Amino acid sequence: MTDATKSLARLSSSNLELGAPDKTFLDTNELIINMGPQHPATHGVLRVILKLDGEKVLGTECVIGYLHRGVEKIAEHRTYAMFNPYVDRMDYVAAVSNGLGYCEAVEKLLNVEAPPRAKYIRVILTELNRLASHMLWLGTHALDIGAITPLFYTFRDREEILKIFEKYCGARLTTHAFRIGGCQYETYEGFERDVTKFVDFVKPKIDEYEELLTTNRIWVKRTKGVGVISDKDCIALGVTGPVLRASGVKWDLRKAQPYAAYSDFDFEIPTGQNGDTYDRYLVRMQEMRQSLRIIEQAVGKIPEGPIMAKVPKVLKPPVGEIYHSIEAPKGELGYFIVSDGSTQPYRVRVRPPSFVNLQALDMMVRGQLVADVIAVIGTLDIVLGEVDR
Amino acid sequence: MSEEAKSPSPPPPGGEQKPAAEGAAPSTPKTATPAAAPPKATAPAAGHAPAVPAKPAGPAPIPWDSQMVTRLKGQYGSGIREANTYLGQNYMVVETSIAAELLQILRDQEQFDYCVDITAVHYPNREKQFDLIWILYSHVRNERIRVKIMITDDETAPSSVSIWPAANWLEREVYDMFGIRFDGHPDLKRILLPDGWKGHPLRKEYGIIQQDQEWVQINLGIESGQ
Repeated sequence: MTDATKSLARLSSSNLELGAPDKTFLDTNELIINMGPQHPATHGVLRVILKLDGEKVLGTECVIGYLHRGVEKIAEHRTYAMFNPYVDRMDYVAAVSNGLGYCEAVEKLLNVEAPPRAKYIRVILTELNRLASHMLWLGTHALDIGAITPLFYTFRDREEILKIFEKYCGARLTTHAFRIGGCQYETYEGFERDVTKFVDFVKPKIDEYEELLTTNRIWVKRTKGVGVISDKDCIALGVTGPVLRASGVKWDLRKAQPYAAYSDFDFEIPTGQNGDTYDRYLVRMQEMRQSLRIIEQAVGKIPEGPIMAKVPKVLKPPVGEIYHSIEAPKGELGYFIVSDGSTQPYRVRVRPPSFVNLQALDMMVRGQLVADVIAVIGTLDIVLGEVDR
Repeated sequence: MSEEAKSPSPPPPGGEQKPAAEGAAPSTPKTATPAAAPPKATAPAAGHAPAVPAKPAGPAPIPWDSQMVTRLKGQYGSGIREANTYLGQNYMVVETSIAAELLQILRDQEQFDYCVDITAVHYPNREKQFDLIWILYSHVRNERIRVKIMITDDETAPSSVSIWPAANWLEREVYDMFGIRFDGHPDLKRILLPDGWKGHPLRKEYGIIQQDQEWVQINLGIESGQ
């Protein structure tokens, strides 16, 4: 007998022994384990320290900062225009939204307004980006829970959005699509046609995603009643975006404090009631349809005219402070900018929705199963580039 | 490239790293301040206030007139140092001593139920070096305001975690980046930077070149590419 077969024989015989149960297996000690930072379901480099009692989560602590690049410090050493591309690298799956928020904030500080045509182009691209962001969320979230097919569907369709971005400004992800004062590029020949074609193409696709998941028994079991958070807790924790709306609060900055050209369009704010993972899923699906509605309205009536307001080559906003926020796909994205009258911002503070929303993780998973942590991280829709900045 | 052109000579290493040594920083502000710091910020207590007539073209803040401000002024008198509207945005500057109570009142009585953000700005040439800013929003009134206090390097700020749980991470980030301590915070520690990090990066005297050289040379043993 070789050593290997000997040890195998010993193993199988010990398995058959039905003596007294090994105490360590029935031990009820609390267990502290690490999830991440290198974990495929944390959507980046998030480390969560889990305190477990068997399968039950007793508490969590998030360790973040692995992707910290000091964006706010960099801003103090760049001119207003030079900092613009950096904001794309925070929430890199919704770079257009980041750019919109920053450009509008600086415009406010300069007291200029983008021309109507630029505003419409901005709305179309931002809503396309919201769709792309929600598609990426849906694909990865479903993958985390065990449904593989939606990932292929959503990535296939998101590609069409990225193609429009590429044709418009040359970049697919970190687009740097807007400039302070308007847009750098006029729409390309056939832009409206491409966008309309995309809307017609993707409408039935969203129904297709829903067919795969909405009544899928595994999906419903994994998401209903998981990670529940009430409307009061959401507000107290500063949670915004689809997570807040799924808890029943009808609040969307596009309606509450309209910016860009959003007041021109007809759209609804989808809300949920239960504040669980399933409702958040439904809210985001509805939001995708509403985004398509906005795009359809906007693309039909892009006004003629200039795409840049009159802004000086060297931007020197007057001394003062401004806070401006927009409804990014993840929630309220705000910029607080302090100008000292020079060409460089004295201070730029980014209020990232993912950072604040992630704070709710602990409350949402306490008392739930460890497998639900994955579902809740997915449903919060965080991007670590934005959490850590 | 631009930093090389505008950055002053790096501050003496270790100058801003220990809270104990930070007291020495105001005595040598000229060498420690990056060029971005406004020379006019030296005006005592005027600080950021855009009342300086350097930019006649810029819009000026106008007094913020509302029932809430009247009520609060009636209650706190000169504790509300300023209540203005700038570019359509309302803000008030208040005394540190009343801040905790005022924030509580803003939530309980004035319905500012959502703490959007807490952040700070560093003015090294001022006696009260830091502006600490709460950005608040009321879902009921659909209104956004800013509350600002000014504190020195040695002062602590009142924590608002008991008022808005959202403040927990936000205050930790302010501590991490500026070194401002919050009284009553349940777990005040660094959040984005590692625990052993030296200094607080968003202070103006914290040079990025020096940081880069120090880290790159120590850890990689090569010249910094900056």
